Amino acid sequence: MNALTQVFTSSIGRKYIMGITGFALIGFVIIHMLGNLQIFIGQDTLNAYAKFLKTSPEVLWAFRLGLIAMVVLHLAAAVSLVRDNRKARGVDYKKEKKMSTLASRTMILSGIIVLAFVVFHILHFTVGAIGTAYNAHSLPLDSEGRYDVYSMVVSGFSNIWISGFYVLSVGLLCWHLSHGFSSMFQSLGFRNARSGPWLNKAAYGISFLIFLGMAAVPLAVLFRLVK
Amino acid sequence: MDLNGKTPAGPLSQKWDNYIRDSKLVAPSNKRKYEIIVVGTGLAGASAAASLAELGYKVKSFSYHDSPRRAHSVAAQGGINASKNYRNDGDSVHRLFYDTIKGGDFRARESNVYRLAQVSSNIIDQCAAQGVPFAREYGGLLDNRSFGGAQVSRTFYARGQTGQQLLLGAYQALSRQIGLGAVESFLRHEMLDLVIVNGHAKGIVTRNLVTGEITTHAADSVVLATGGYGNAWYLSTYGRLSNATAIWRAHKRGAYFANPCYTQIHPTCIPVSGDYQSKLTLMSESLRNDGRVWVPKNKEDTDKLPASIAEEDRDYYLERKYPSYGNLAPRDISSRSAKEVCDEGRGVGPGGLGVYLDFSDAINRLGREKIEERYGNLFDIYKEITGESAYDQPMRIYPAIHYTMGGLWVDYELMSNVPGLFVIGEANFSDHGANRLGASALMQGLADGYFVLPYTINTYLATTKEKRPVKTQDEFVTTEKQAKEQIDRLLAIKGTRTVNSFHKELGKIMWDYCGMERTKEGLEKALQLIPALREEFWKNVNVPGDEEELNQALEKAGRVADFLELGELICRDALERAESCGGHFRAEHQTDEGEALRDDDHFSFVSAWEYGNGAGPKIHKEPLVYEEVHMSQRSYK
Amino acid sequence: MNVNLRVWRQPSDTKKGHFEDYEAHNLNTNMSFLEMLDVVNEDLTLTGRQPIAFEHDCREGICGSCSLMIDGEPHGPEGKVATCQTYMRSFKEGDLITVEPFRSKAFPVIKDLIVDRSAFDRIIQSGGFVSVSTGSAPDANAVLVPKSSADMAMDAAVCIGCGACVAGCKNSSAMLFVSAKAAHLNSLPQGQPEKDVRVLNMVEQMDKEGFGNCSNTYVCEAVCPKGISVDFIAKLNRDYAIASVRTKILGR
Ligand SMILES: Cc1cc2nc3c(=O)[nH]c(=O)nc-3n(C[C@H](O)[C@H](O)[C@H](O)COP(=O)(O)OP(=O)(O)OC[C@H]3O[C@@H](n4cnc5c(N)ncnc54)[C@H](O)[C@@H]3O)c2cc1C
Ligand code: HEM
Ligand code: HEM
Ligand code: SF4
Ligand code: F3S
Ligand code: FES
Repeated sequence: MNALTQVFTSSIGRKYIMGITGFALIGFVIIHMLGNLQIFIGQDTLNAYAKFLKTSPEVLWAFRLGLIAMVVLHLAAAVSLVRDNRKARGVDYKKEKKMSTLASRTMILSGIIVLAFVVFHILHFTVGAIGTAYNAHSLPLDSEGRYDVYSMVVSGFSNIWISGFYVLSVGLLCWHLSHGFSSMFQSLGFRNARSGPWLNKAAYGISFLIFLGMAAVPLAVLFRLVK
Repeated sequence: MDLNGKTPAGPLSQKWDNYIRDSKLVAPSNKRKYEIIVVGTGLAGASAAASLAELGYKVKSFSYHDSPRRAHSVAAQGGINASKNYRNDGDSVHRLFYDTIKGGDFRARESNVYRLAQVSSNIIDQCAAQGVPFAREYGGLLDNRSFGGAQVSRTFYARGQTGQQLLLGAYQALSRQIGLGAVESFLRHEMLDLVIVNGHAKGIVTRNLVTGEITTHAADSVVLATGGYGNAWYLSTYGRLSNATAIWRAHKRGAYFANPCYTQIHPTCIPVSGDYQSKLTLMSESLRNDGRVWVPKNKEDTDKLPASIAEEDRDYYLERKYPSYGNLAPRDISSRSAKEVCDEGRGVGPGGLGVYLDFSDAINRLGREKIEERYGNLFDIYKEITGESAYDQPMRIYPAIHYTMGGLWVDYELMSNVPGLFVIGEANFSDHGANRLGASALMQGLADGYFVLPYTINTYLATTKEKRPVKTQDEFVTTEKQAKEQIDRLLAIKGTRTVNSFHKELGKIMWDYCGMERTKEGLEKALQLIPALREEFWKNVNVPGDEEELNQALEKAGRVADFLELGELICRDALERAESCGGHFRAEHQTDEGEALRDDDHFSFVSAWEYGNGAGPKIHKEPLVYEEVHMSQRSYK
Repeated sequence: MNVNLRVWRQPSDTKKGHFEDYEAHNLNTNMSFLEMLDVVNEDLTLTGRQPIAFEHDCREGICGSCSLMIDGEPHGPEGKVATCQTYMRSFKEGDLITVEPFRSKAFPVIKDLIVDRSAFDRIIQSGGFVSVSTGSAPDANAVLVPKSSADMAMDAAVCIGCGACVAGCKNSSAMLFVSAKAAHLNSLPQGQPEKDVRVLNMVEQMDKEGFGNCSNTYVCEAVCPKGISVDFIAKLNRDYAIASVRTKILGR
């Protein structure tokens, strides 16, 4: 077997794909969250940040393609692993005590809902096809002549249904990560009995922080803390 | 006629070298032409099958288990001896040899035991190289512990799972050969008979335990490594499936059965808790280092809570009878003493079959922590089985059948009197005489399989004129037919008693009359009871199910049928041997202090029984000639 | 004590199975679960029915033969013990106890509660050994093994090959079993030369046998009678990556 087929067909190879793409996705989510939180500093900072991100279209598209690749690989590996796993049992037990965490058993479900959310989210903000009058590329300019991302976000989250969906989705993402974060270390071979309990705690901690950081924006808009 | 053990000439220490030097070899390119059947995948069988395949022979390996790794060798706990002298404490090949001969109460063949001690070191090397995770010291060197019957520290171990780890080593070596295609593995296949062609062992009959299919297999030579027969006593420390069928049916085809009555009874096992009990669990002897053995002085106290029995009402009988060895008296002596006090009605626990092993003094002296550190895992096992905590109340222990020194008779080459039939491991009678020392069965099984048989089998293969037969030959057809007939007979009886009930009843007879203490009257009684039971078995047993399916009751029925015959031979041998030696204690033959009294003038021989085929068994004797060792009275006072 | 049993009965691998209910009377709480089944079987035999087939041998938790799913838990409710070390005192008077075979596509049922676990043997045959033919070993003390390595190897080597890890894992993954054997041999100096091939071959065989993939749910460790740690799975993942890079990419 050559290296490539081995990675994509073997059990552990695919786990590595899950782990590495999961790691990259978590990295993105954290950076994205930090970026979003600049909304609390003010309109100027956020818009400046948004402008900075779009300085070079080449870099932007390279980044986007990378991200898409991560999602596609993560999804593809997840689907193929889950399909194998469903087949592996054969006959189901009549009685089976569930001894694992619910989050670990529902990764595919939480993952797919998160995917649906991301699609929605891109249509919502990046493409502007849903919910809001603007999209990120045809925004009114702010006083400094930059796209006014700040206003877009505020107007986007003014709708309680949309905000509610965001909060819910972010919750599911964190549910996904409450298992995924420490699981990733196990998949990549960096977890052991000593670090395990810490990684589990860290997974809950980080998931919770991400939840707070992400949900803060729609909630703040909804409660008119950010206008 | 006396049997010839074929001991090579020369001084004891050079016999094996001489043998190797003079032995015939099979050329490497010719080895592929020979097929060898190895029955059993325990330490002996797995090591032999792997080693023979490595040499280039075509090997067929058989086991009734679902995996080679399940053979009962897996259960051995304590360790394996070797005369490495890593401790610098004066060990040597000669010392290991002498300890083993003495431990066996001078009833083993000197040349075999010496060779065992010689190759013992190679075993440790081989196993370490295979990745057996032996205990290590901080410096990375191998650790040792001491064991009964020796004054040096020569026992290698892997926690409390030495047998498991050694077996996995052999299993992995065997697996490698299976993977390479050099060994063909037949699992869930039970050997039902031996096929003899022109007097030579040339094949076996097997039953596929899943489909019920009965077939034959032809080979140039047959190796039996099928373990011990302690389950003739029903309750024992053996696995429930361990049985004598392979060796017994080989015996019925002509192989002599040697010293069947030599049995080891281990003093520290968890006692029987009820009639439903299916097996007995061994507790390491090391417990006796800190535990004190006692029973109440008065029968009336046996039902009382142990804590409520005053110190002066307790009888620490081992300390009383053996003041210098005390609780550490040897296995056979401790076992017998326990039986004595229980026979007097002073035993404790269900059925009055148990004695206390009390740690309260040690706990007071050393603190609970220390005891926990030393024996925590054993206390856990005890708790698991009995539901009682030995920290709070004394343990109850009782002796149990643990090992059978007897087995098929083999010569120095490990070949039985049937040419081409080799017998290794616990299945043969070879090295332990009348009593086996702790940690030497693992040594013997691996010595036989790794380092002896691969040399000696060449001699037979290189010299025999009997070529491998074809399976269509008459002998194969007839033997297969007979095996089928026995199965049909068993299934046809459809009586009113279960197979297990017969096994249990046989076990009780064996334990009562041929257990720790044997008497002429008792044995004579057993020799009446057993044939009667056997007769009832063949009239009234109920074997449910069919032949052509997985049928555990049928499997067991065949094994119990054999135990019912073997049991009789065991008792006959015990009766014949009117002396006490090692594990064989005849009440009529004891010293004034109650120790085993050997009778070297009349009994320094191996009893090798020939199957009588209705006419009763016939004894052959192999005289035990000691060139180097001086026989002496064992004393542990 | 009396309990009720709901037991999977299946005449053979090709025939369909179903559950049957039995009553077990006059039990003693000190009986092991298997001794309770012995009692039931005696009764079934004497009343002209087929006894329940189940696997067992040593009955002291070391051979790995016994393999029952008892009331939804591999090896029963006691934890860190094998089926044969499960005692009736873990159950209550009148309990209904469901008994099923270990389920996995890679462990086809042979009869009733007996399954075929030969897939494990084939995994060992693919690489779970050190290639050292008899007679070629150096002195056992010639190769030093640090105590910590020996201890780690032993922690992994105590696996009894029972298959409870597979039975308990929602994916029927054999990773705990495979990783334990790989970790045993890979931790020791003696296992180093073949480390990479061993890992690659064993995982390849494992995948061929139709076991599922590990998704780090850790039930296997919880039900393993020997408490084998999932650390070894992490180690196998790591060793596998290293082996792949070394052999497939760097071509060593
Ligand atoms: C609880 C316990 C603890 C022990 N502790 C120690 C110890 O610490 N140190 C020590 O040195 N010794 C110890 N012993 C003794 C030692 O373990 C055994 O004597 C030894 O392992 C026997 O090995 P074997 O290969 O001869 O047989 P076994 O391991 O019993 O193997 C027998 C094999 O033969 C196969 N077989 C049998 N009959 C047939 C048939 N008819 N058809 C097909 N296959 C068949 C079986 O499937 C099995 O594979 C202990 C024994 C017990 C019971
Ligand atoms: C596209 C939608 C997604 C799907 C379908 C999905 C699905 C899954 C599944 C099924 C697993 C478990 C796989 C296994 O352990 O075998 C998993 C693990 C993981 N996911 Fe996702 N997921 C998605 C999105 C995400 C996102 C957006 C992130 C991060 C922000 C993420 C991070 C992780 C991490 C870190 C793991 C653990 C990896 C491992 O165990 O090795 N996932 N995902
Ligand atoms: C709830 C808080 C969130 C807010 C306020 C938010 C905000 C934004 C905004 C404003 C943009 C457009 C940026 C631009 O094009 O200038 C954006 C893009 C994006 N967001 Fe979010 N987001 C949130 C949550 C998430 C989550 C949870 C994910 C993923 C799991 C996510 C994934 C993305 C992606 C993939 C893009 C597209 C990036 C690109 O255009 O290259 N967002 N987000
Ligand atoms: S890892 Fe544990 S559960 Fe799995 S086979 Fe080994 S002992 Fe059994
Ligand atoms: S339960 Fe299964 S998912 Fe992995 S951690 Fe154990 S193999
Ligand atoms: S019967 Fe051997 S482990 Fe349970």
